[in-house]
Amino acid sequence: MRVRFWGTRGSIPVALTTADIRDKLAQALVQASGRSFASFEEAHAFASSELDFSLTHTFGGHTPCVELDLPGDQYYVCDMGSGARPFGVHVLARQARRPATINIFMSHVHWDHIMGFPFLGPAYVPGTKIRIHGVHDVLEQAFRLQQSPPCFPVTFDQLGASIEFVKLEADKTYELNGLKVTPHLQLHGGDSYGYRFEYEGKSVVYSTDSEHKLENRTEAEAFANFFKNADVVIFDAMYALAEAISVKADWGHSSNIVGVELCQMARAKHLVLFHHEPANNDATLEGLLKEARRFEELTRGDHVLKVSAAYDGLEIDL
Amino acid sequence: MNVSSRRFANAVVVHVAGRLDQDTCEAFRGQLVGFVEAAAHDGGAIVLDLSSLEYVSSAGLRCFMLASRQAKAQRGRIFVAALQPMVAEIFQISHFNLVFQVFPTVREAIAAVSSDASDAFEKA
Repeated sequence: MRVRFWGTRGSIPVALTTADIRDKLAQALVQASGRSFASFEEAHAFASSELDFSLTHTFGGHTPCVELDLPGDQYYVCDMGSGARPFGVHVLARQARRPATINIFMSHVHWDHIMGFPFLGPAYVPGTKIRIHGVHDVLEQAFRLQQSPPCFPVTFDQLGASIEFVKLEADKTYELNGLKVTPHLQLHGGDSYGYRFEYEGKSVVYSTDSEHKLENRTEAEAFANFFKNADVVIFDAMYALAEAISVKADWGHSSNIVGVELCQMARAKHLVLFHHEPANNDATLEGLLKEARRFEELTRGDHVLKVSAAYDGLEIDL
Repeated sequence: MNVSSRRFANAVVVHVAGRLDQDTCEAFRGQLVGFVEAAAHDGGAIVLDLSSLEYVSSAGLRCFMLASRQAKAQRGRIFVAALQPMVAEIFQISHFNLVFQVFPTVREAIAAVSSDASDAFEKA
């Protein structure tokens, strides 16, 4: 199984600006001060091995869309944020004119999680089958609404694909071509659902747009159980802890620190910080990642938790 | 976890010892509410003496945050002092050092409360 991140930003897409790129270049030049490079390859090797991640990469700007790439000819993807557009390009290229079958799992229907669907190329290809799974009663209504006049020129009924909505129940396990899927209720305005996916002994939890009330032991234990021994936990780490429980309390999101604590309780193997705050630049996000890693070191018992931050284009093989 | 307090004029020093986590935070929060109320009533401040606090989790940090909100609502103040290196690092990592005034020692925190509190502390 490969987890491929097409969109990792929360709330609204963001893009690097000209000023951001100039800043990165200037900082790279300062760090390289006194060095000389005989070739592009030498300079490239320096950039790859010695510069900070925040200078050589960007955490990216698309809103949530995460693919689980499994053997077989069907596609499995969580959420239809703006990352659904490049995901669709990938599907069309791989299919080479053959119609695709795409299984979508929706955490909830807030705009940042559905806005990419009208730009999902395969939805316009006759013969494509799209199954949109979710727990919310308003799932179909939300998808149709955003493609209703005057918001978008192509209505939902004009799409070429055959589209089916599949209603799921929380905490019930479903099986789809060998992939086991269990939705779990999360605390978020209008509710959201995390998904635990299991395939041939490997497990991935997709848990975004989820706030955790820290004093509630029952809630923490329920999530630790949902995350239990997972190979990868994709976790809503929108804020630093102080923000998440002060000015942004009750906004429906969580923090890097709570992600570490819950994954430690669950003995999960790899925490991936996700749903990045759009106001945070690459350096801030790298800072939050370093702080989460340090917190994991400080609080580590007999279990080591790997901590990463998701970025558009990240692939994790299991 | 053990909590004890001492008054120096209008400053109440709350000494917190042990681990503050999900298992202990509710009891601690209950105690802290009382201290904050009493301090606010006297127009004073709480100084959290964390010199014996071995560990604080996110649940424990939330207790501090709630106490800070309560103090602000009642026009009281809370200062934090004498953090052990690990707890100091957790304050930094969680950005709580941006929310609370943190002092290296209890003496310095008390001096920030009032000169009366400082005098009382020096005489004690």
